[in-house]
Amino acid sequence: MKLKDIINVIDAKVLCGEHLLETEVLSAYACDLMSDVLAFVENQCMLLTGLVNPQVVRTAEMMDMKAIVFVRGKEPDDEVLQLAKDAGIAVMATDLPMYISCGKLYGEGLKW
Amino acid sequence: MADNSYKLHFDIDGEDFSVAGEASSNIKKVLSKLGVAPDVVRKVAVATYEGEINMVIHADGGTIDVEVTPECIKILLKDRGPGIASVDQAMQEGYSTASDEVRNLGFGAGMGLPNMRKYTDYMNVDSVVGVGTTIEMHVNINK
Repeated sequence: MKLKDIINVIDAKVLCGEHLLETEVLSAYACDLMSDVLAFVENQCMLLTGLVNPQVVRTAEMMDMKAIVFVRGKEPDDEVLQLAKDAGIAVMATDLPMYISCGKLYGEGLKW
Repeated sequence: MADNSYKLHFDIDGEDFSVAGEASSNIKKVLSKLGVAPDVVRKVAVATYEGEINMVIHADGGTIDVEVTPECIKILLKDRGPGIASVDQAMQEGYSTASDEVRNLGFGAGMGLPNMRKYTDYMNVDSVVGVGTTIEMHVNINK
């Protein structure tokens, strides 16, 4: 699923990486525990999280993740967004809770 | 093969959790530029990142040395932190001595050392309580 389709499915706004919206992600991982994210490897994966700190971007960067979605209305500060820009990672935010976000994306075909 | 190796050294600041990962990010970029395969780069990045986070959480900083040889990437993590009382226990998934503050930041779930072992082909932990911890890891390039 392309990022431009994902923002429609979960009613997300793009905080950085507008030029990456044609990027295709093949799977998603939803978690607030970065150590668990680091235990998991999939290509072209997207991260959904309610945790907002620079380590979320660092973790996504280490795992070659293409995009991060902050759920539950959480929004990162400028420092976090700058890190994401430097790492070439698209950042989106939705007011939907984690469960609903995952359910909608799964229902639209973004599988594990 | 010393003539064919490429070395990197980083001092890790233990004061600021927000900059933890900077060294690992730099290591990842350098390895990519050197043309190391993406899956090898990712293994090294995760292993060094977990080590870097551990240094900041537990040991008030330390050093990371990376040596790229034609056969493998060697990573040496050194700190003068409190040491690990039981390495066997620390290697178990889920075992952690991290504070609630660290857990609230998304770490301290007891996955650090197990993840480092998972992504490397060789790992040795040498730790003395009250002295510090040295961890050597190798990631093979041709496997």
